[in-house]
Amino acid sequence: MAAYKRVTIDPITRLEGHGKIEIFLNEAGDAERAYLQIPELRGFEKFCEGRPAEEMPRITQRICGVCPEAHHLASTKALDALWHVDPPRAAKKLRELFYCAHMVHSHTAHFYALGAPDFVVGPGADKKERNILGVIAAVGLETGQEVIKHRSYAQKIQAMIGGKATHPVCGLPGGMSKPITEEERQQIESMALSIVDFAEGSLQIFRDVVLKNKDYVDLIVSDTYSLNCYSMGMVDENNHVNFYDGVMRVVDPNGKEYVKFLASDYNKHFAEHVEPWSYLKFPYLKNVGWKGLVEGIESGLVRVGPLGRLNAAEGMATPRANAAYQEMYSTLGGKPSKATLASHWARLIELLYAAERLVELSQDQEITSTDIRTIPTDTPTEGIGIVEAPRGTLMHHYVTDEKGIIKKVNLVVASAHGYGAMNISVDKAAKGLIKKGKVDEAAKNMVEMAFRAYDPCFGCATHTMPGKLPLIISVYDCNREKIMDLEW
Amino acid sequence: MAPKLQLAIYWAAACGGCDVAILDTDEKILNIAEAADIVLWPIAMDFKYEDLYKMGPESIDVCLYNGAVRTSEQEELAQALRVRSKYMIAFGACASWGGIPGLANLTNREDIFKTVYQETFTTINQEGIRPDVNFRAPEGELFLPRIYDRVWSLDQVVDVDYYVPGCPPTPETIWTAVEAIVTGNLPPKGSVIAGSRSQCDTCQREKTEKKIAQFKRPYEIIPDPNKCLLEQGLICCGPVTRDGCGHRCTSVNMPCRGCYGPSEKVSDQGAKLLNAIASIMDVKDEESARQLAATW
Repeated sequence: MAAYKRVTIDPITRLEGHGKIEIFLNEAGDAERAYLQIPELRGFEKFCEGRPAEEMPRITQRICGVCPEAHHLASTKALDALWHVDPPRAAKKLRELFYCAHMVHSHTAHFYALGAPDFVVGPGADKKERNILGVIAAVGLETGQEVIKHRSYAQKIQAMIGGKATHPVCGLPGGMSKPITEEERQQIESMALSIVDFAEGSLQIFRDVVLKNKDYVDLIVSDTYSLNCYSMGMVDENNHVNFYDGVMRVVDPNGKEYVKFLASDYNKHFAEHVEPWSYLKFPYLKNVGWKGLVEGIESGLVRVGPLGRLNAAEGMATPRANAAYQEMYSTLGGKPSKATLASHWARLIELLYAAERLVELSQDQEITSTDIRTIPTDTPTEGIGIVEAPRGTLMHHYVTDEKGIIKKVNLVVASAHGYGAMNISVDKAAKGLIKKGKVDEAAKNMVEMAFRAYDPCFGCATHTMPGKLPLIISVYDCNREKIMDLEW
Repeated sequence: MAPKLQLAIYWAAACGGCDVAILDTDEKILNIAEAADIVLWPIAMDFKYEDLYKMGPESIDVCLYNGAVRTSEQEELAQALRVRSKYMIAFGACASWGGIPGLANLTNREDIFKTVYQETFTTINQEGIRPDVNFRAPEGELFLPRIYDRVWSLDQVVDVDYYVPGCPPTPETIWTAVEAIVTGNLPPKGSVIAGSRSQCDTCQREKTEKKIAQFKRPYEIIPDPNKCLLEQGLICCGPVTRDGCGHRCTSVNMPCRGCYGPSEKVSDQGAKLLNAIASIMDVKDEESARQLAATW
């Protein structure tokens, strides 16, 4: 066997969770193959067995503290289905408002703190500066403070509704735990209006810093950073992007609709493959099939997240975001876009949509309604809930006994959906950038840029733990004499 | 000018929420950046393990270690960071007590692997492939850390100086800890930097010392927002949980789940909670106790 030289990037950085890249160089010093490995597994699928189902929104969100609202709501929707209960309309609107605020937080954090350093500070800049502090130094403290302020607004709105911005507690089968007051509504509305301007400003920064720089545009449209595969996202009745509710739409690499399906049918369309070199599984379109880590219409790999959603949709449901959507595709030369780095652009368009939708919902007559709970009366059985997490489609599936105690759990998360795509992207970037043994810091970071565009969350991806805790409660009287043992 | 504080922030078996909580100090994050050089923070900075391993003993002033320890890599990092840090802080519920990932101690690695890689609804794995610590790829060997049979809190792996509780810690709790570190005004080693009383001691809900005749699950009732949740039949961890979180969950009418850990006088939070609940059950004898327990 030929001797390969090894280049290791450990840990990969500016993402959520753990990951490592191994690049093997052949005798000529060219990258032969790169692997994106995930070195962790927590096992939520197993250790959630035996828990009361209504606790799942509070347990499963500990899969990810960057997108806890996504897990909280996918789980809450699974509970609606499990208990066969339809929440009041106002509760659904309140959930969506809460969720749009979440998208604002997550997309802002990713663009400015994780993604932008590569463009604003530069892909080959000193790593001491290639971070959010370097971004603030480059764009000015005033802009930096705007970023901090508006992400903070998003966190405040979530905390107002969910108790906590990170790991909220408001979701219950059939509704929400607390309505909002008129005073809270007004605060949300005024913050939302300000976030719309902030989102427009963020798109302008993208145009100025990235699109006006020919080198960056060349990079975005280069073959090194392209990926030809299926795209998936949730859409409303007009095939416009929706994060909270709708049907799943998958388009093929040519942009043709491949399938539309309801959450309850997810396992007719998706399967997961196991590789021996990573703790993370590879989801793929079951009816296309697992063909390995390869591109094209014959391979079941999908792109999810901002670019996947925009590719899978036919527009945005709000006016300004829709204009930005049209601008992006006309600049990139049509749909679907294969340009992985355009994910950053798509993310900002979604930021604008989330902001506009926040305004709409905060001005909705019904949003302060106190009719936000339907108490379930049916016997719980099985439930599936899907939302679009910031990083892509998130699926929760529970089966319980008649008391609502969890018997079986399946979680197919956003960053797992994108894991196959990310592996190919990292491999292509390594092959495109590492030649004749030349591997400097800039080249290594530019390989990392290939996964970073996806904004992966390997915290989410490594969720994957049953068990009844044998519990006996001994009750003693005031003389410390045991009265009884209770099995619970 | 005093030399800048050398700060490391690391995540192990964690969710990233503790890292986001640090960002949630908002404009104060700029003060933190002013007072400290961050030498490792994988979510936001590009320093790699090789950069850490080049650093000498005690060259880091403070390490905020979040997440539980469940892989060989997380254990190695805990040890590497301990040696290089003057103060090692268990940051958040998982590092302090195991947190939600600690629920994995109700099972074991084999059962987890079996469920995840063979049994879930969407897994197709007829060959029975399992991820392994070594794999011989055509181009060379690939390595993964070993996943342990159980999950450890940070102080079960290395010596810990302080604890910052919460899932996640509030920005106020974080800022209290940062100020104590920056000013050198530190409590005795082993202290938990948060309140010292219980949630119930500072809860504003009305309590009537009444006994409960029936347990309720959160989905079954819309509780009175002004009255004690426990007295309304909901299991609430308030009696045994440390305060300092600002009553974030009860403020939106949901019961406490104990993320700030045991209060000052409590060692086993779960057992103490059962004790507290048993004491308010309105029962006369064994049969009525069984009936009441069965209402949950």
